[in-house]
Amino acid sequence: MVDSSTVGLKFAPHSADVEAGRLRLFAKATGETRPEYLDDAAARAAGHPALPAPPTYAACLYLDIADPFAWLRELGVDIARILHATQAFRYIAPIYAGDRLTFSSRVANVFQKQGGAKTFIVKLTEVDNQHGVRVAEARATLVVRGG
Amino acid sequence: MIALPTYETVKVGDALPELALPPLTRATLALYAGASGDHNPIHIDIDFARAAGMPDVFAHGMLSMAWLGRLLTNWTPQRNLREFSARFTAMTLVGERIVCTGRVAEKLERDGERLVRVTVATANEAGDIKVSGEALVALA
Repeated sequence: MVDSSTVGLKFAPHSADVEAGRLRLFAKATGETRPEYLDDAAARAAGHPALPAPPTYAACLYLDIADPFAWLRELGVDIARILHATQAFRYIAPIYAGDRLTFSSRVANVFQKQGGAKTFIVKLTEVDNQHGVRVAEARATLVVRGG
Repeated sequence: MIALPTYETVKVGDALPELALPPLTRATLALYAGASGDHNPIHIDIDFARAAGMPDVFAHGMLSMAWLGRLLTNWTPQRNLREFSARFTAMTLVGERIVCTGRVAEKLERDGERLVRVTVATANEAGDIKVSGEALVALA
């Protein structure tokens, strides 16, 4: 069972490419039809150097590894029992197609509610681009049902 | 062409133009799983969902947050977004017709930048809130 002794635990950083094709698929999946999110020329006309990654996309690419749920198993958590409770982003610099992002995550907090019936895990992820610029910070809270 | 909001023109209580989504389909969940990289089977495999004690698959919370992101960037260019958070309070189910709404809650200055705090939410046709959140947006 995961408990507060895991606070501060760091996971191995990993990197992922922001790909234009994936951004277009993301736009399709989320119903986005504005040309600046789909078409390179329209993105440039809107003042972007390439297709922009939409506001929640940074949280997607940190799943882009062979085994994105390994960190939960490392904590002894069954993914069938987790729910996403909250997600927060702080935006520092824009993210564009062609960027390569590095994700560095750690357990920021673990706490329990309802007399231990629910455990909350807060994971903080810092996102840096290929120039070493911090582009975003993402904070996810997951609930483990039944502890 | 709707004029972009500015710090001077927006007022606390102003509503953002709402974003109405079509009824949620399983196909959208499959597309979102592939596009987002969140392959947790609880959102796309009904057998897995049932074995986990759920009656059916349900939407990724981050799909709803992406819709709220569209609501915000329809209103103001994405480059103005400083912070964006969401709380996933209820599951969004297949077939539900979700509407995203937002409202200006506060005007403030921080570190020399003029910001507005916008509260946002998704709800089904019955008005049940599924996801609520807020954003800090810099306005010139």
